[in-house]
Amino acid sequence: MTVHVLPTSENHQEVRHHTPWQEYFGFSLDHKVIGIQYLVTGFFFYLVGGALAGMIRVELITPMSDFMTRDTYNQVLTMHGTIMIFLWIVPVVNGAFGNYLVPFYVGARDMAFPRLNAVAFWMIPPAGLLLVSSYFIGGAAQSGWTAYPPLSITTPAVGQIIWILSVLLLGGSSIFGAVNFIATILKLRQPGLGLFQLPMFCWALLGTSILVVLATPVLAGALILLSMDIVAGTGFFNPALGGNAVVYQHLFWFYSHPAVYIMVLPAFGLVSEILPIHARKPLFGYRSMIYSILGIVFLGLIVWAHHMFTSGTPPWMRLFFTIATAIIAVPTGIKFFNWLATLWQGKLALNSALLFCCGFIFNFVFGGITGVALAQVPFDVHVHDTYFVVAHFHYIVFGGTVFVIFAAIYHWFPKLSGRLLNEHLGRLHCLLSFLGFNICFFPQHWLGLNGMPRRVAEYDPQFQLINQISSVGALVLAISTLPFLINVFWSLWKGQPAGDNPWKACTGEWLTSSPPPVENWLHEAPLVTEPYDYGSTEGTMAVTAMGGRDLWSAGD
Amino acid sequence: MPIPASILTLAAGILLALISLWVGQTINVMPVAAADDANTVDALFKVLFSIGVGLLLGMTAMVVVALIHFRRRPGDHLDGPAVEGNLPLEIFWTAVPAIVILIVGVYSYDIYARMGGMADFNHHTTMSPSEVEQISLGNPPDPETVIWGGIDHSKGMAFPVEVTAMQFAFIFHYPQQNFTTAELHLPEGQPVELRLKSNDVIHAFWVPEFRLKQDVIPGQPTLLSFTANRQGSYDIICAELCGPYHGAMRSKVVVEDPQNFEEWLRRHTPATVATAPRSFQAG
Repeated sequence: MTVHVLPTSENHQEVRHHTPWQEYFGFSLDHKVIGIQYLVTGFFFYLVGGALAGMIRVELITPMSDFMTRDTYNQVLTMHGTIMIFLWIVPVVNGAFGNYLVPFYVGARDMAFPRLNAVAFWMIPPAGLLLVSSYFIGGAAQSGWTAYPPLSITTPAVGQIIWILSVLLLGGSSIFGAVNFIATILKLRQPGLGLFQLPMFCWALLGTSILVVLATPVLAGALILLSMDIVAGTGFFNPALGGNAVVYQHLFWFYSHPAVYIMVLPAFGLVSEILPIHARKPLFGYRSMIYSILGIVFLGLIVWAHHMFTSGTPPWMRLFFTIATAIIAVPTGIKFFNWLATLWQGKLALNSALLFCCGFIFNFVFGGITGVALAQVPFDVHVHDTYFVVAHFHYIVFGGTVFVIFAAIYHWFPKLSGRLLNEHLGRLHCLLSFLGFNICFFPQHWLGLNGMPRRVAEYDPQFQLINQISSVGALVLAISTLPFLINVFWSLWKGQPAGDNPWKACTGEWLTSSPPPVENWLHEAPLVTEPYDYGSTEGTMAVTAMGGRDLWSAGD
Repeated sequence: MPIPASILTLAAGILLALISLWVGQTINVMPVAAADDANTVDALFKVLFSIGVGLLLGMTAMVVVALIHFRRRPGDHLDGPAVEGNLPLEIFWTAVPAIVILIVGVYSYDIYARMGGMADFNHHTTMSPSEVEQISLGNPPDPETVIWGGIDHSKGMAFPVEVTAMQFAFIFHYPQQNFTTAELHLPEGQPVELRLKSNDVIHAFWVPEFRLKQDVIPGQPTLLSFTANRQGSYDIICAELCGPYHGAMRSKVVVEDPQNFEEWLRRHTPATVATAPRSFQAG
């Protein structure tokens, strides 16, 4: 292995550039600033969406509808779903980590289209404020995040139209971001850096961005037709005017099932970056990880009708979509087996990042198993639209993706801020999140199997105890955010300085100062052709013996 | 001499299989089954439950063992072994899940076909334009000829009940006797056929004890046929968000023995059947 010793950044103290704080509130073109803007904005909306989830869990402590009016309850559940998906998870796993990391991984000094990147971010705050403000001007949308007509046509129009506008803006932002990722990954790679030498996160984002570009316009089209049904009296989806309500469901799920992969594929990519570093081993099965991402992208586009097994779909569709849906478990399973093999025989640092990843593996495997069960039509007919489904998708998007977001924050915070997060508070955060999450959502499987439908403010009194247990879990989950917030603010101020490369990692973002200078490296961009070059073989020095930042190889 | 790892692995695998089979077969998380096909759905669920428990326990055990056994000891600054992959292993853990999933898929599809999910309803693409028009206007000409989907294996031999869903109630009309009720009564052990239609938004007809759910979509009448086989009173639940009172949109289905059911029908049948107005239209 060729190791080029770089001048350490300490020698360049005088030229190290710190981003002035105002820039984080402005139209910055720096991909790192934009990434942090996405992250902080997303986290703000996570707190909003979490507060809404808390209101739902408070309402469900008793079987009666007694905490808020029924209209408000439906507004709250609609806003909770929309905010968590479109303003927290999608922007953070794609926008935040994608923007921050991809230029480092391809060896570029910024994204391909920095101005488009800033535009994409700045569509989010107005869209989010619009959505939240709709509650105060005549009431928010109350037809669920799915907005099925004819219900969405008959509920108050103002809230529904604002909801559509907001989702269109967020979808547009997502498309702009995806175009940027595709261009950056395919076109801004350093000379000599092949596609099959990229870190897995780049492949995950490439796959995700393809899904965004193919599927999001379909949602936009469906929502525009829906808005015309609402304001212009057209009848695309209105059976009273000759429309077909099921067509909307097809169009909606053509986007919204791939949306699940838009939320989890980047998270898979982040896990593939984090695990090898803290296990001190190469990522197991690099090629099969890539092929499984591509398999998930392809299959993810042809499974949407499994959300419609109980509505009017012809029988052959149910056969096709059952098989296609269940078969996604195969490429997904490959990824999990490869991660287990990466951990096996490693030297695992039991820090917050790794523990959150392990929590993710447990939660996502659980959600995947219930997902394969849900793909089976006879079983789905029983549990469709029940709390079993609620539990299933929270295991996927919360237990899966949100756990990875926290793992990623613990992993990259030293790079973003130059300071390490406190590990004791971090492990406490991880423990409380894991317990709270499972106490909250595990019992909901039983509720669904035994007859509790989703999106109800009142329920059969026999379910009260289990609902109260679930609400206690939600409370623990809410409390788990406190050690995290304390940790972040305390560490920003007084945390232990991280140095350039606290984890002794090989990839480009660690081969520069923390936080990195505006153009990422003061020196020439490093060419990292083996992003997972960990592990000791005979003839190689142990990684710590020479310092991680020297580990990049300048072309073999 | 230590026990070879392969023997320990084999023992762990057998133990895991036994635990998951035991859990899947003995822990019952489903409500009571009250229809003919409910038991086959439960049998499928038990298979899925066993496989799921085995997979989850196995994966969790691997993670926990790795976290304990392969944790980094203080003072150890070396890396793990530089193992980058293992092609035969990859092929193994691709092929085994794929085979399991295909088998489960075929098995579940067989159950679904037996329930009547594959029934041919003269799908709407074969309707004449005039029929399409009538349906779009919310006036199905005759539910027997234009059905958009559902579950049916009774081949027209079942006892019919017309179900109308609306914000926020289910209304039941017995066409042969021509009366309307707010509570569904069904005979035990006889095939019945629910003809579902919606007056406003999408609802879903769900009886957990029958393991059956069918969306009721305005403009698209559907069929749901099954045989209730256990006497009792069960909840009918609307499972599709239909407005503010969605959670309160419930009704009852009472399954009684055929004699009592006939008695109940007779009590409710209007005296002048032939001239009675079709009250369900107004309802």
